[in-house]
Amino acid sequence: MAITKKQSTALAKQVFEYAPAPEAVDHVKILPRYGLFIGGKMVAAHSKKRFPTINPATEKTLSEVVDADEVDVDRAVKAAGKAFESWARLPASRRARYLFRISRLLQERSRELAVVETMDGGKPIKESRDVDIPLSAAHFFYYGGWADKLEWAFPNRKPTPLGVAGQVIPWNFPLLMLAWKIAPALAAGNTVVLKPAETTPLSAMVFAEVCMQADLPPGVVNIVTGAGRTGSLVVSHPDVKKVAFTGSTEVGKLIQRAIAGTGKRLTLELGGKAANIVFEDAPLDQAVEGIVNGIYFNQGHVCCAGSRLLVQESIAEPLLEKLKRRLSTLRLGDPLDKNTDIGAINSRAQLEKIQGLVESGVEEGAELYQPECVIPERGFWFPPSLFTNVAQSYRIAREEIFGPVLSVLTFRTPNEAVEKANNTPYGLSAGVWTDKGSRILWMAERMRAGVVWANTFNRFDPTSPFGGYKESGFGREGGVHGLLPYVELN
Amino acid sequence: MAALRGSSVRIASVATAFPSGQSFTSIKVAETEEAVRAGAHEIDMVIDRGAFLSGDYQRVYDEIVAVKEACGEAHLKVILETGELGNYDAVRRASILSMAAGADFIKTSTGKVQPAATLPVALVMMEAIRDFVRETGRPVGFKAAGGIRTAKQAIAYLVITYETLGPEWMTPDRLRLGASTLLNDVLMQIDKERTGAYQSADYFTVD
Repeated sequence: MAITKKQSTALAKQVFEYAPAPEAVDHVKILPRYGLFIGGKMVAAHSKKRFPTINPATEKTLSEVVDADEVDVDRAVKAAGKAFESWARLPASRRARYLFRISRLLQERSRELAVVETMDGGKPIKESRDVDIPLSAAHFFYYGGWADKLEWAFPNRKPTPLGVAGQVIPWNFPLLMLAWKIAPALAAGNTVVLKPAETTPLSAMVFAEVCMQADLPPGVVNIVTGAGRTGSLVVSHPDVKKVAFTGSTEVGKLIQRAIAGTGKRLTLELGGKAANIVFEDAPLDQAVEGIVNGIYFNQGHVCCAGSRLLVQESIAEPLLEKLKRRLSTLRLGDPLDKNTDIGAINSRAQLEKIQGLVESGVEEGAELYQPECVIPERGFWFPPSLFTNVAQSYRIAREEIFGPVLSVLTFRTPNEAVEKANNTPYGLSAGVWTDKGSRILWMAERMRAGVVWANTFNRFDPTSPFGGYKESGFGREGGVHGLLPYVELN
Repeated sequence: MAALRGSSVRIASVATAFPSGQSFTSIKVAETEEAVRAGAHEIDMVIDRGAFLSGDYQRVYDEIVAVKEACGEAHLKVILETGELGNYDAVRRASILSMAAGADFIKTSTGKVQPAATLPVALVMMEAIRDFVRETGRPVGFKAAGGIRTAKQAIAYLVITYETLGPEWMTPDRLRLGASTLLNDVLMQIDKERTGAYQSADYFTVD
């Protein structure tokens, strides 16, 4: 006999419920403690201070790393300086070969790296597996291709390497930021000392193994772990010729101040408060997916996140309804689960920062929407959130939250959209959603942002330069532009 | 007809110069009335693609309204024949137009034109349904036909229906899959579950 409508609806709910699908971790070997990667091998540190790195989804300690001190940093910079003499003179095609080898090794170890990245940082495995690791490998592959073609990158100039590059990277895309920094530096003939973020040092430790596996000459890549103090030792070391930093605008300013007058080259990739602008002729369901990807990707721990949604007033109501519906289907939980959309917040400190800013939004009068979702007992979590009734002057519309929190504002005319979008101290990225090609170009011309995405968001490719305007920093990473900060043009 | 008396099996019939839709509106209406009189509970009509693609939306709309009227109590499925519409914008426009004109179901294809149902086309149509329900409150069913040959493909359609339209659509009066080829694969899978081994396709009759 036929089943009733009620029965079939209930059955569907039961059948299509997502079952747990955790990625296996037994193939991953995380050591209980790590040394520093200096001069081509893992060495014991001078510093006796260590600190734990934890899994933010469980708060369990994964490993212990060194809080490198002055002596450690000096050793690393000296090792890089020594390696520079031969690395810079190596035939460029040989340098390329090492980069290609690293790229292949990252691909070979991609599953392991994805799990390490997810355990140490809290990001969903589907993101580390499908975005972070493949893009990291692609960056090495891409810059490997440039290594012996530098004269074509800068026609009629003679590009020469600078020396030792000191690089400090953030915790939101640990391995990818490492790749963005190391690949162009090595391709151009520099050697590096890199400091990973204190909450996410583990993928850099695996990368040290990759360097050894690739037989990279000793000292070409050196990795020192530690917190802010170690970072400042790296950038202010007198033998460091070039500083590259990705992180907060606050720290970026400190670095710029610290190295002023030293003649060191500097590139900074800092915060953002990107406008994602949806016009009334945009395909709304597609735009909703783009908005979700723009702000909830990696829990919003993305410097170019589309954290301000500017919607044309005529479609604000249906768009918000669709967006809220979509939010209710996002799955928050175990980052190692292949179905997870929203993973763990990277650290307790970051969680508190997000909570503080969200509270300020409520106090200032914005209306908060959060879908119902079960928050795990342990670990750091924040539900996907959305603010309406937001004024440009509210803190949630001006300050970088770096969490899964979207501020929704409206506009009536394209000019108003431009004015509101540019009315921020930042200028890293922007998004435009419209069916009309001419409007995309019109908007892109007027956006003061390093990247303008049209009908998409958070799309990355090694061939495309990335960087900011205003307080989002200067210098470009990726593409042929990404080589420029690492060469002297004679 | 006689064999089905007293059972829960409903009768569906194509009408409106299926599959081309190339005839006079009066003939399409007459054909529909004839089919209903012969006992059809559901009518599958095809839209006039010639008119649609030339931009004569009014004519397409009026024809659906006329056929719907001729259906009386019978349910109306409107076949868009998406393989001939050219792009997703047209698929969406045809979906909205059909629902506005009174379709109880919108259906991808006749099965006579390739490509027939595809997942992206299904998604566009389901999103159109979702928007239409939001605007009017009247639920409209979805049918994917042609091209669904295996149980695995069918599951993909069930999943996007569930994700796009929700559990309320996971019922025969809101979701249908064209199953002429699919049926044998389902039988084959059931036999595999039962015996642990796949049987040759020749053990399943092609009717």
